[in-house]
This record gives sequence, structure tokens and C-alpha cells, in this order.
Amino acid sequence: MPNMRGDAMRGLAVFISDIRNCKSREAELRRINKELTNIRQRFRADKTLDGYQKKKYVCKLLFIFLLGHDIDFGYMEAVNLLSSNKYTEKQIGYLFISVIMNSSSDMKQLIIQNIRNDIQSRNPIFINLALQCVANIGDREMATAFTNDIPRLLVSGDTIDPVKQSAALCLLKLHRTSPESLQLNTEWTARIIHLLNDQHLGVATAAVSLIDALVKRSPDEYKGCVNLAVSRLSRIVTSSYTDFQDYTYYFVPAPWLCVKLLRLLENYPPPEDPSIRSRLNECLDTILNKAQEPLKSKKVQHSNARNAVLFEAINLIIHMDCESSLLVRACNQLGQFLQNRETNLRYLALESMCLLAASEFSHEAVKKHQETVINALKSERDVSVRQRAVDLLYAMCDRSNAEDIVQEMLTYLETADYTIREEMVLKIAILSEKYAVDYKWYLDIMLKLIRIAGDFVSEEVWYRVIQVVVNRADVQSYAAKIAFEALQAPACHENMIKVAGYILGEYGNLIALDPRSTPMVQFELLHTKYHLCSPTTRSLILSTYMKFINLFPEIKMHIQEILRHDSNYRSSDVEIQQRATEYLRLSEICSPTVLATVLEIMPPYPEKQSPLLVRLKQKKPLMEADTSSELSTAPIAQSGDGPKLTDTAMHLHQQQQQNGLLVSLDTTESNGHYETSASSSLPSSLSSSSAALQTNKKFLFKNSDIIFENDILQIGIKGEPKKSVLHVEFYYGNKTNFNLTNLSASISLADELDPELRIHMEPVQTTLDPRAQIKQVGTIECLKDYRDLPKMSLSFFYSNVPQKIDFVLPVYLNKFIEKAEMDSNNYFLRWRNLDKPDQECQKIFPAKFPMSHDVCAQKLEGFGWSNLHNIDVNADNFCGAGIFHTSAQQVGCLYRLEPNKQAKMYRLTIRASKAGVASHLAELLEDQF
Amino acid sequence: EKQKLIEEVHALVTVRDAKHTNFVEFRNFKIVYRRYAGLYFCICVDVNDNNLAYLEAIHNFVEVLNEFFHNVCELDLVFNFYKVYSVVDEMFLAGEIRETSQIKVLKQLTTLTSLE
Repeated sequence: MPNMRGDAMRGLAVFISDIRNCKSREAELRRINKELTNIRQRFRADKTLDGYQKKKYVCKLLFIFLLGHDIDFGYMEAVNLLSSNKYTEKQIGYLFISVIMNSSSDMKQLIIQNIRNDIQSRNPIFINLALQCVANIGDREMATAFTNDIPRLLVSGDTIDPVKQSAALCLLKLHRTSPESLQLNTEWTARIIHLLNDQHLGVATAAVSLIDALVKRSPDEYKGCVNLAVSRLSRIVTSSYTDFQDYTYYFVPAPWLCVKLLRLLENYPPPEDPSIRSRLNECLDTILNKAQEPLKSKKVQHSNARNAVLFEAINLIIHMDCESSLLVRACNQLGQFLQNRETNLRYLALESMCLLAASEFSHEAVKKHQETVINALKSERDVSVRQRAVDLLYAMCDRSNAEDIVQEMLTYLETADYTIREEMVLKIAILSEKYAVDYKWYLDIMLKLIRIAGDFVSEEVWYRVIQVVVNRADVQSYAAKIAFEALQAPACHENMIKVAGYILGEYGNLIALDPRSTPMVQFELLHTKYHLCSPTTRSLILSTYMKFINLFPEIKMHIQEILRHDSNYRSSDVEIQQRATEYLRLSEICSPTVLATVLEIMPPYPEKQSPLLVRLKQKKPLMEADTSSELSTAPIAQSGDGPKLTDTAMHLHQQQQQNGLLVSLDTTESNGHYETSASSSLPSSLSSSSAALQTNKKFLFKNSDIIFENDILQIGIKGEPKKSVLHVEFYYGNKTNFNLTNLSASISLADELDPELRIHMEPVQTTLDPRAQIKQVGTIECLKDYRDLPKMSLSFFYSNVPQKIDFVLPVYLNKFIEKAEMDSNNYFLRWRNLDKPDQECQKIFPAKFPMSHDVCAQKLEGFGWSNLHNIDVNADNFCGAGIFHTSAQQVGCLYRLEPNKQAKMYRLTIRASKAGVASHLAELLEDQF
Repeated sequence: EKQKLIEEVHALVTVRDAKHTNFVEFRNFKIVYRRYAGLYFCICVDVNDNNLAYLEAIHNFVEVLNEFFHNVCELDLVFNFYKVYSVVDEMFLAGEIRETSQIKVLKQLTTLTSLE
């Protein structure tokens, strides 16, 4: 045991033993409460507590906190400990502050003062304690407070090494939390870079982390580090392990420093200077050579340390992507690892190889390992290793091996873990489409995929199948044939029924001459499945029937009978009922020519990025392997054969319009409200959460609105203003049939907004049941006038896939406006008083909507201020007033809106008592009339 | 929130056996962990961080603990939790590696222990 002195806090040890001896949770709680009462009393009563006692009690509180209990007192005592001149007391004080106190503490200034005293002291141990505390908490106040002290410590010649190490990482932390408040003097740049050369390897290790972050901020300024990093690296890798004594770890010289230096170099392109470049290549070569040497120790620590450096070297080789010999050697090395006994190495080798597959130099070399990778898929016990194998197969796939790889993945899919099935389905679908030479093969694979994976086939997958069929006239009759065959299976997955139903509705006529699939047979086969399907699918099938009426007039009677049937015509499902009613009516009143026009086959879809790629990216936002494999396939996508993949974010919307063909048929008879519901039964891809980003301006004029909606979630907002405080309610509605879990919502304010708005939200329930809605309430207080809008971030898990949604919260300034009534004298008096240039803003803009007096009045009142009559002599004009409330002040606002019907223009003039407010309000309104 | 995090990581890591890797994806990060008897040491890293380097950083840390507490056992860590924090701060700071030399860390720790 380390020196246990008399002052090693016996009381604490006794307390910990007591807790450990507690037999039950209740007993533990009792013991803790007793202790808390005791400590509280001691702190309150005994003003003469000495440092040792304070330390002991604070330490007990810390222990209780670590057991998971809240601690709401003892802060002052902890802060007192900071000014003690005994190390052990100071240490406990700093520890308490670092672990328990968070940024909201009002003692912040006191703490900062204490830290400053320690940093400026001459005792390096105290300086270090203070720096460690700053590095552990590192909030914005600290960044501002120490923006000079800490960099100075780092570059000063007087500072001892351990302090430099702490200072470097402290600075890194402050740079991360608050890059803008940390202004590094450019004179220091060179001195910071030179820390890479420091004699003390610990200083170099700490510094390289800092430099890595600074390089990311200003690569040009820190360019000099490349040269130094290469030479330092070279000195380490070419040395013998005995040269570094205490920095050698299991016969590997300074492995962590090497890894960090290599990572630092990954920030830059390969060095241009030929001598540096060849030196770097030598380093990489040496590292690869060492991997072939016999192990110097049987201990796993030795091989791990060596391979840590090796993998990082391989990463750098891949990053530089220019030395084909190195790339191929790297690939061979990884190939060896694929067969290694260590699961860790196999996993990492698969992961790195994914990146290698993206390089044109090593793509072929990677392909040699196809068989091993397929074996890994079959035999690995750890699902994350199998996952990497799937990733790699996906990355190494090209036209030459696509058939094999797709086939293997399909085989594996039948037994694959549930957690990776959906992703595998996507990958198979993407590969078979991208590398299809024969689209009949593609269709075979896809139907097989739907048969095997059923539930794991996301909507995008079968939408895409249909898009491909619609766009390729040469496979349409084949598609109809195999879709028909697939339907004949006794048990058919619903997704299969959807695809088959859709395809037959479009192209059933192409196989109708075959006596085995006459119109009546097709219809009857499809109808045997009808009753087993969900309402969505039934709606889709009804559309197919409608199309059958056009394709096969001879079975019209049978179909009308179905439409007329109570289970459809009077279905409790509105969608089905509506379709049945409308389709029936349509079939009765329209002539065959009209029908043929409305029910014409779908036109080809515009070529665009496959929604499958979008979906895959959503599923794995952070896995590098995917992005890189996509880069590698980009040239193929542009080569002209196969569906083109172009990157348009807007495609979702276009597609919806495209899909609107059937919808528009429906809306000729209904009132248009149908559109939203109908699109869900037709191929469209709505589920990209990123696509649903929107800033909604409806909320300008109303106190409730839908602020976000996608396939999974709908979010509504309701706001009730009370002077400077807006009471808000958010409604989260789960649109799916699955639980959404780990739901968390937060509102963030950009830095400028921070002093302008104060937001408080009650916590929200973390699980959202299927089809359920939950409410979150909170308040938004306006501290002063603001321009930027707060952002809302929502994260949750949807069938175990993390989802993140960010959008702008449309809480405009006008939410804090209260209307004011006044007579015309008063109005004009005030108007004239507000005559400074920055108090007025005038905008002249064209009308965007029909110029209706009533609608304008409604909008202006909805905006929050009054609409006063009898003020303006011209009754067409609008005048009104309001008070904009912030917690600090009230701002009077007046407006006048003058429509000019001949010119179809408006003139809006706003005056407000605070500079800037008028122009902001005018901007909000200028495109709204 | 913190407790929940601990529980989640616990549930994720303890079900894995020796044939599994020492790396497991967690939210948008990776947990690198190593088991010593009944104790798991975990580090959360970015997905593209160097897994093996952090795996060995754990071991380096454990060796220091072992040396410092003379054959460390779980009880040492519980009763001296505040000293464990000192060890952590010597070796890791701001989420990065601060010092890797066991000799240097132990020397510093001995100095600190001798102080009042």
C-alpha cells in the first residue's frame, strides 16, 4: 500500500466499510442519510473546522455522489479547500469541483480566482492541480479567464516539463470548448510546433494532441509541423527499443507518440519536399518491415503496441494514396491479419481493408481476399466482426465479382443477426442494381431478397425495385411474369404483395395472353391476398384493381363488385373507403378513353441518387467505410450504363410529385386533403429526416403549428405569450408502429442568442409508444431583441437505429409582441416621436398572394399587434401598434401597411422605439403578403 | 444521465466473451475495454481512433495502479478512489494521453503521496 499515514482519513475508510457492509439498498440509504445529516450539521455549527476535517467531509460527500446520489451542499467548504496550502486538502477540493460542480455554479468567479492564484504560484504541484482542474472542467468562462496565462506557461522556458504537459492539454480542452475565446498569439506558433522536438517525450506526446487540434483550425499556420513530425517519427522508428528506456512499452519505442505523430500527418497531403517525403516513406517502410520480424515477446501487449503503430501507418498510407508499393504491402499485411488468431486483429484488418478497397492502387489486391472475407462472414462469433466483413464485401464489390458477392450475402442473410439485416438488405439492393448487367438477374435477386428478408426490407428498397422496372421497358414483361409467380407462393410477405400488386397493375397486360395468367387469374390471385393485408397495402391493391379496369375491361364487373363491397365501400379505414368510392364512381361515369388517359402507365422516373444510398447513410452516419466505398464507385456511376446516381437533395420532393399521378386522379373528385394520405400508399421516399428540414413561417401568424414532419415523427408546437415569456408546448407524435426510444430533445442557442433568450424545457419522456403522442412543456423568455432563431435537436432510436433531427425553431420575435389599442391622435403623436433613422424601416415589395383586405387584416392581427381602424384616411391601408416585451425593456412598435392594387405592390413602414427592431420586423413580414 | 450511461455501457460490455473483440460500437462512438478479473476498464473513443493504442493505454494505466498500490485489488480502488483520480490525471488529461512513461508517473505519484 502507498504510504498510509495517520492522516489518511480514517473516518472516510470507516464510512466506506459501513456502506460496503450494508445488506440492503435501504440500509445503505439510511447510512448515507445519517452521514449527510452529520456532515451538514458539522458544516453549519462548527465554524472552527480545520482543514483536515473539511477535507474528510468533502471527500465523503464525493464518495456519496459517486454512489449516485445528489449532493447539494458542501460547495463552499470545497472551494475553501482550494486556498489551503496543503497538497492533500487542495487536491480533494479540486477533485470535488471537477467531479461535482458544473458550469451553473455561482461560485465560478471564486473558483477561477483560486485557480489563478495557483497557476501564478511558484509551486509546480499546485500549478498542475489547477491546470488539471481547468482541463477537466474547461468551460467558456475559464477559456476567457486563462486565455493568456496558460499559453504563456506552455511556451515559457522556465516551465518544468510536467507543467508543460498539463498546459498543452489544458489548452486543447479550452480550444475545444471555446475556440473563439482562445486567441493564440501567432508568435507562439513556431514555439508550439517546436514542442514536437522536445527532449521530454511526455511533453511531445501531450503537445502533439494540441497541435493536431490547432492544425485542424488553421492548417497553413501550422504547416511547419509536418517536417518536425516526420523527423521525430523517423528518429523513433529507426532507433532500437533500448534507446528510449522508460518510453519503451513492451519492446516498442514510444508507441503512443508514434500513433499520434502519424495521425497528425494525416491532416496534410503527402509532403511536397522530396527529402521529407522520402524520409516519411522510409518510416512507413520500416514500420511495415518490423511487422514481419519475429515477436520479441509472447505477451499480447507487445504485439498490440506494435500493431497500433502499424495500423496507424497503414491509415496514413491509405490517406496519402499515392505509393502503390506501400498500398499493396499494406494490403498483404492486412491479409495476414485476416487469418490471425486474435479476434481484435481480424476485426481491425477488415476495417482497414475497407478503406484500402477504395484506392485504385489496392482495389485489386483487396479482391484477392474475397474468399477469406466470405468465410469470416460465416464463421466469426462476434457480430461486430461479421458486420465489418459485410462492409468490406460491399466495398470490394465491382462488376467482376458482384454476382458472387451478392449471392454470398444473400445466402448469409438467411441466418444473419437481426441487428444487421436491414443494412444488409440495403447493401444487397444497391450492389445488385449498380452492377447489374442483366436486369432480369437484378429482379430475380430483388424478389428473392424480399422473400428472404421480408420485414427487414425497408420501404425504399421496394420503391426502388418499382422505379427500376418503370424505367426499363425491356424488363417489364419479365417483371410481371416473376411477380405473378411470386404471388403464387402460399405465404407471401406483404412487401412482396405490394411489389407484385403494383407491377401487375402497370404491366399485367404483358402476360395476359398466357393462359396461366389471364386477367381473371391475375385478379383472383391478387384478391386471395387482399384480406390478409394491412390497410396501406389494400389501398395500393385497390389502385391496381382500378388499373385493371383500364387494362382488362372484360373483368370490370368483378372489380366493381369488390369496390362496392361493404368491407371497402363502407370500410372503417377512411383511405380505403375513399378509394373504393372514388374508383367505383370513376369506373361508372368515365368513358374508356378518359379512363385510359387517367390510368395511363407511369412515366419513367427522373434519374437521381438512389434513395437506398440515402437510407444507408442515415443508418451509418459515422462509419467511414461507407462514404469511402461510395467514392470509389463514383466513376462507375457516371459511366452511363446502369441507373445514374447523381446527388440531388431535392429528389425526394420531385419524386413525390412524380408519384402524384394516381393522386391527382383522386383529387379530381375529392378536395385535395387526400394528397397527403394517398402518397403514403404509393412509392415515394419520405423518410429522410434531413430532407424534412424546414423553417416554417406559418407560426408567424398563428400560435400553433406543425414544425417538423417526416415518416417517423410529427412535431407540433403551441405557444402562449405572456409579456416577455412564451409558454410553449411541444407535441411529439410517433407515426410508426414501433417504439421510439431514448428520445431526447434539446434546444440550443447560438452564441449570439445566448444572452438574448432564456429557454427552459421540462424533461420529456424518453419512450414514445407506437402511434402515441407526448407533450413537453417549457418557457422561452426574451431577454432582449434577437435575430437568429434557436435550433432544436432531437435524437432517438427507431428500431435500434439512432436518428437525429435538427431543425430551426420558428420562434420569431413577434411572439413577444402584445397588441396595443390607441386613438388616432395618440397614434400620430407616437409615430412622429419615433423619427430617428434607425427607428424606422420601410419596405416596398410585390404581392405574393391575392390582395385580399380580410386576409391581410387576419395576418396582421395574427402577427400579434393591433389592427386599428379609423386612423388612416385611406380605408384600404392598415395601421396598428404593439408592445414588444423583453425582460429588460418594452419596445413600442407602430406600423402602416399600404396596398397598391394597381401595381400589385405593398409598402410597409414600421417604427419602433429601439434601434434595429423595426427593420427586423419588416424583414419578417416582407414576403408574407 | 450519468448513471444511465454507466448502465448502458455495462450492459453492452459484460455480455461479451473472450472470443469477442475488445471494441464495441456505442452510440456514435466506440468503447475500448479490457477486463481484469471482475473489473472492466472502459474508454470511449471516436470511431476512427486507434483502437489498439487505447487498449494498451488501459493496460499501461492498470500496470501503474498495480505498482502504486502494490498488487492492486478492487478494494484499493474503492477505498482510495480519490487517489485513483490523481493517477488518471497524471496519465490522461482532456481526454488525451498525457504521460505514458510508467517510471515518470510513479515518481510523480510518490512525490505527491509524501506531501501532506
